[in-house]
Amino acid sequence: MGLKSVLRMTTAVVMLSFASMAPSYADTPPDTLVMATSIDGVTSFDPAEVFEFVGGEISNNVYLRLLVRNEADFSEVIGGAAESWEISEDGLTYTFTMRDGLTFASGAPVTAQDAAFSLQRVVKLGKSPAFILTQFGWTPENVEQNVTAQDDRTLVLRISEAFAPTLVLNALSSGVGSMVEKAVALSHEKDGDLGYDWLRSNSAGAGAFVLRAWQPNEAIVLEANESFYLGKPKLNRVIYRHVPEATAQRLMLERGDVDMARSLGAEQIDSLASNSDVKVEIDEKATVLYIGLNEKKPELQNPKVQEAIRLLVDYDGIGGTMLRHQYRVHQSVLAKGGFAALEELPYKQDLEKAKALLAEAGYPDGFNLELDVFAGAPYRDIGEALQANFAQAGIKVSVVASDRRQVLTKYRARNHQAVLMVWSPDYGDPHSTMDFFLSNPDNSDAGTAKTAAWRNSWFDPELKELADKAIHESDTEKRKAIYADIQRSLQTDSPFVVMFQQTEPVAMRSNVENWVSGPAFDTYVFRGITK
Amino acid sequence: MSSASPTGANGPLQNQALGTFAKNTFGFAVSLALTLLGLVLVTFLIARVVPIDPVLVMVGDRASPEAYEQARRAMGLDQPVYRQFLDYLGQVVVGDLGRSVMTGRDVLSDTLRAFPATLELALAATLIGAVLGVPAGVFAAVRRGRASDHLVRIISLIGYSLPVFWLGMVALLVFYARLGWVEGPGRIGIAYQYSVPGRTGFVLLDALLAGEWAAARNAFSHLILPACILGYVSMAFIARMTRSLMIEQLSQEYVLAARAKGVPASTVIWRHAFGNVIVQVITVITLTFAYLLEGAVLTETVFAWPGIGLYITQALFSADLNAVVGGTIVIGISFVFLNRGADLLYRIFDPRIR
Repeated sequence: MGLKSVLRMTTAVVMLSFASMAPSYADTPPDTLVMATSIDGVTSFDPAEVFEFVGGEISNNVYLRLLVRNEADFSEVIGGAAESWEISEDGLTYTFTMRDGLTFASGAPVTAQDAAFSLQRVVKLGKSPAFILTQFGWTPENVEQNVTAQDDRTLVLRISEAFAPTLVLNALSSGVGSMVEKAVALSHEKDGDLGYDWLRSNSAGAGAFVLRAWQPNEAIVLEANESFYLGKPKLNRVIYRHVPEATAQRLMLERGDVDMARSLGAEQIDSLASNSDVKVEIDEKATVLYIGLNEKKPELQNPKVQEAIRLLVDYDGIGGTMLRHQYRVHQSVLAKGGFAALEELPYKQDLEKAKALLAEAGYPDGFNLELDVFAGAPYRDIGEALQANFAQAGIKVSVVASDRRQVLTKYRARNHQAVLMVWSPDYGDPHSTMDFFLSNPDNSDAGTAKTAAWRNSWFDPELKELADKAIHESDTEKRKAIYADIQRSLQTDSPFVVMFQQTEPVAMRSNVENWVSGPAFDTYVFRGITK
Repeated sequence: MSSASPTGANGPLQNQALGTFAKNTFGFAVSLALTLLGLVLVTFLIARVVPIDPVLVMVGDRASPEAYEQARRAMGLDQPVYRQFLDYLGQVVVGDLGRSVMTGRDVLSDTLRAFPATLELALAATLIGAVLGVPAGVFAAVRRGRASDHLVRIISLIGYSLPVFWLGMVALLVFYARLGWVEGPGRIGIAYQYSVPGRTGFVLLDALLAGEWAAARNAFSHLILPACILGYVSMAFIARMTRSLMIEQLSQEYVLAARAKGVPASTVIWRHAFGNVIVQVITVITLTFAYLLEGAVLTETVFAWPGIGLYITQALFSADLNAVVGGTIVIGISFVFLNRGADLLYRIFDPRIR
């Protein structure tokens, strides 16, 4: 065969391959919602363990919780699997009445025995979110005495101290309050694991959906639970497609191969503005972005230096164009939209005042500072903007951008100087946040409670006392007032510089309606979505 | 590489042949075992020095000290490093690669799911690269110094130097988003995702075996773009190497002699000159294929292709030791087998080795 014929043949083969592909305009099936997002963080679907973003939102749709958040006002807790409850005079006993006629996706009734088993299971397994329940004095040894089913419809919980009812009810409306079908879990039990191994990748709940398939790094499929107590979901299926690259997500959305793109950056969102087939909704989330200043570094112990740093941040400049669609200015640890959040913004950039404070503190020429940030957008950009802000007063910042988990590892070992970090509450009560920022029982390097206070080598016993008072305050308004005081104190006198609150842009095809995100990582509600 | 004995009808020769075969097989087994041991050791040590706490990945940032400690013990991280290594080695020897922190499943089943995806892509890409690259290289060598030679060299240079990640993005934008010629990221459309039984792990092959023509077409349409991108990159390498090998051969005296004798040009080029470099070309193609098996991470990311490169990368970022080592072992084994396969091909093509 001559050279030319070989070339001709190969060209023909290539041309034919392309010619065999007629233009394809794929639409997603009409009864299915397809989302492009990154699902590589998913490690488990067991509600006793789920504690990350994608897993959390799926858990909220697959499992019905004892109490749920009101979709009309997420700061309010209403009945879920339980329809009503009573609290004893001394505040130590909670009696829940289970909803009549409620069934699991399998068709079996949801009883108080299932509820007791589900809560006990969380405590016995002792996975990460277990602390949300163990704070009520429950241990693997005593939980069977304190969490009991009196009969099929009556669940009784006894707690160790008279905590604020809002705290207890908020905790029960989090993922650990999910109802797991006892018989199914136990039928898959291995070596006394209460069905944990099986429930990591299967579901046994009474939520609006059922977990049908999970292929790591590929897809997660949810199917509608036809017997859901509030009615069958509008769509038959919700599919997560793992598309790690944001640009690829955008292209798929514009082509109609997916109905939603969940992790687009600001530029991608901007580029969609001219596309009438696509719309963007911006949801406010309970995540805040703050700088943690490690007081191990002598300069950062000085309250004047801390105040100067607060005054050096160009809140409006950074929060404007750079963080559009993703963050907005917010300066207290409790995010706007949740119970007791303080919305005051006392700080604006004031270079003169900051320089004066640094001079008073003995650093007229500033000092060197290492700032750890996540390598991804927009965190590296924020780090560089802060670097420029601080340089104006002589603080020479070197920005160290690393993988998210690497930054966390360093932060947890308190080996950082300053870190740009996000915080989102573990459950819908201010105590989740306050405990993280204030609690520090052992400030030595050997301390095991890796709270933000410990990580930044700081402790304020008076504030901690206030926070303890707040969790025992049964008057909701008074409780709110205590949290306002704590937030003001943290704003002006702590190693935490809270700057922004997250907003989550979700791009979707224009025919998608009723997207409900809620404030937290696990408050998404899919059952009403139509397209 | 070793010489195989001719098998005769007489005893001693046969015994000799059997002995050689046994020796070869034993040698292969030893080299496989040593390769794996080295791989496990190096990967284990690398995963140990990654500044990420693997327990964190397992339990999350806000686990209680008790939950953290419990997970740490469960992962054996309270043991000294040499103990951890020996324990792990003991598991690997019996084929237990442990459990992945990332996915909560055993690493073996994870890698057996991810590897075929990469293999499918790498095979398609190598095929495209070889089918285009070898003739292009020969063509450029024959027409050395002319415009067409420069054209091949420029095309190769572009494929060589452009970041594959960017190339993938642009290709997606043009062929998928703008022209709609091909399907987008992923291996197969969701409409077919669960209708094709996964017999071999190769989606395209599975669809064909099941007689699902629409699904097969869809899978092909998903595969062709990333395969072309990687194929282009491999073609650049293969064409360059083939060209320089051929130029060396074409300047030999025997080529001149053959031409002088009036042997047709195509015979001189293909049978004489190319016949002499075919072993090296096979090596080049094998190298390309090997590179694609572990170097396709960026493409896999752009095209949401759930392959082994993506798996290992994500495992590294999660400090997921078992997954990193397991994935590396799978790739390591395939390298050893690739080498073996190349050896066998040499025997077929090079009479001196027979």
